Amino acid sequence: MSAPRIEWVVPAAGATDRHAIWKKAGAIGLLALACALPWVSSDYSLFQYSQVYSYAIALLGLNILTGYNGQISLGHGAFYAVGGYTTAILIERWGIGYGWTLPVSGVLCFATGFLFGLPALRLAGTYLALATFALALSVPQILKHFDRWTGGTQGMTVPKPDSPPILHLNPDQWLYFLTLAVLLGLMIIAWNLLRGRIGRAIIAIRDHPVAAEAMGVHNALYKSLCFGLSASYTGIAGSLAALSVGFVSPDSFSALLSITLLAGVVVGGLASISGAILGAIFVQFMPNAALQISKAAPWAIYGASLILCMYVMPGGAAGLLQHLWQRLSRLLS
Amino acid sequence: MAVTKKVWSMAKYASALAAMLISASGAFAADPGVTKTEIKIGNIMPYSGPVSAYGTIGRGLDAYFKKLNDEGGINGRKINFLSYDDAYTPARAVEQARRLVEQDQVLFVFQPLGTPSNSAIWKYMNDKKVPQLFVATGATKWGDPVGHPWTMGWQPAYQTEAYVYAQYLLKTKPDAKVAVLLQNDDFGKDYLKGFKAGLGTAAAKMVIAEQTYETTDPTVDSQIANLKNSGADVFLNVTTPKFALQAIKKAADLGWKPLQFLTNVSTSLSTVMTPAGVEATKGIVTALYLKDYDDPQWKDDPAMKEWFAWMKKYYPQGNEHDQFNVYAYSVAQTLVHVLKQAGNDLSRANVMKQAANLKDLSLPMLLPGIKINTSPTDFYPIEQEQLARYDGARWVLFGELIDGSAVRVSRR
Repeated sequence: MSAPRIEWVVPAAGATDRHAIWKKAGAIGLLALACALPWVSSDYSLFQYSQVYSYAIALLGLNILTGYNGQISLGHGAFYAVGGYTTAILIERWGIGYGWTLPVSGVLCFATGFLFGLPALRLAGTYLALATFALALSVPQILKHFDRWTGGTQGMTVPKPDSPPILHLNPDQWLYFLTLAVLLGLMIIAWNLLRGRIGRAIIAIRDHPVAAEAMGVHNALYKSLCFGLSASYTGIAGSLAALSVGFVSPDSFSALLSITLLAGVVVGGLASISGAILGAIFVQFMPNAALQISKAAPWAIYGASLILCMYVMPGGAAGLLQHLWQRLSRLLS
Repeated sequence: MAVTKKVWSMAKYASALAAMLISASGAFAADPGVTKTEIKIGNIMPYSGPVSAYGTIGRGLDAYFKKLNDEGGINGRKINFLSYDDAYTPARAVEQARRLVEQDQVLFVFQPLGTPSNSAIWKYMNDKKVPQLFVATGATKWGDPVGHPWTMGWQPAYQTEAYVYAQYLLKTKPDAKVAVLLQNDDFGKDYLKGFKAGLGTAAAKMVIAEQTYETTDPTVDSQIANLKNSGADVFLNVTTPKFALQAIKKAADLGWKPLQFLTNVSTSLSTVMTPAGVEATKGIVTALYLKDYDDPQWKDDPAMKEWFAWMKKYYPQGNEHDQFNVYAYSVAQTLVHVLKQAGNDLSRANVMKQAANLKDLSLPMLLPGIKINTSPTDFYPIEQEQLARYDGARWVLFGELIDGSAVRVSRR
């Protein structure tokens, strides 16, 4: 019963077809709902949803590393910061169009992630977690140090992008769609990558590194690539978040952010692509919910909810949904 | 056909209802947040996170508006005070500001706390033309009537306070050698700037050592050791409470006994002075602008008695030794004054106009003689302070009020 979820277990053929159709229908329904939201929600809510999507991209990135590849990072807030600042600096200092800043963030974070991944590879498990935590701690200070570029402690405002004139959307609606589109694109890329040869190698390294090596997987290269890819996703998320918040400062990227991201991945569900969205909902809305329960000790509520999540849904929110889905389909068939 | 008809009639009902709601809320003023019976005010506070101790200000403000509402409100309007947590993170501050302005439709945002949070919402508030009134931070940049006419501070700016120390030092110890410990952010940098402006041409000669720290540093031990080794005889301690305590204790441990100036941010007895111990704290100088509950000279002061009665009745869970509760009471009173002065024209523009038109306003819990003055070109409400020396148990005021407004001139 408690065997680990393995991606390439194949159910009976007939069941797969039916499942796949239902799943596809569900996904299209959700997507239609997401596209309808801008016409029924306030700008403020759209801003919140855009934040959810940005977090979801970051969680997706972190999940590739932690969920699929088994490397724990407590430093992804740093890549989120690099992405945010890349966008801010490119727009404010160099007047580059905001659309170009996303791929630049992605490439830059891929490079930093890959380079950081190379030495960090020699560290396993908790040691890697600590090394990445150092990254999370140092980035705010590095940002303050290069104040000619980053605006120092004052931070930088990022102008809100206007929608292309033909679309007649207000800035919040436009950002919502932009973030949603990027999220979808990156989800599809992640899905394709992880389903194929590369994904199998990545997962094999997680489950049994020695066996993977023996099978001819270049562990060091794949782990570094995985780190780079993960950082790249998180960087793009940081760029989008900077656009929707309209402000970056070193205080926006405290070490707590990295921990929050990791918590989001685990709550959403390790090694699950849809889990990223569920985790992002937790990251975005749980602090406010905790405050509504108790103004005196919101963090205690937050902590209690985390522990509750771990007990009630050990496979994360996505694992729980999967479980419910299986029960439901068994009942129906 | 039938369906379209039904939808159409439903739409008509809905639009009629919407029109009614709009006219009900908008009958009185063009701006949102005001009705005949209510003024809706927003606020953002760090109730959670690294500086949650400041949360008492939010609870104090709420308690003051409860008292005000019990007494009938302002011109028959009750204050509806909505206060949200941002955990001291800029992204959440933006989220809460948007929630207040767009969803809750407040008239303005009052006393949002923290320099990073206020910086994050600065542009948004000014773009939206919604007052960001009496922000709870001493950063000097809030007084920018030209670039940011919808934002105003309240407490003495950090530069103003530092200027006051510099004036005192020039007068009493002109040959001092000063060592500075500062937090590596706006707060620290502002402070040093004001201090050097106050010293003028003597600054280069007098300030002999500077050390910075990050709020994430575990201790400031090495910085204090470096400052001691510089041979300075004056120590300007520009730190937040946790680090202030560390710095004071470490200086005492090392046997360094300079004349110490401690920023007003960290004068709390319960979190800094008492834990540091009498030996380490005796003789430290700071600048104050509010009356202190623990100062016996106000024992029979009617204003203090009134404040204390308010605390007991409306905020009994609050700590009367906590100066933030005096602060909350006073800044709320300033706001009430502005709203009364605005009369029935409760538009956002008029609220801002009246906030920039305070003339010689004295408040019961400000130190005697301190007057709040603002004008369309002066967005710095409080600019006078009085020095106080710690005697091992409490702060004892000494000397005259010192006016720090001249720092504005030297800034130009």
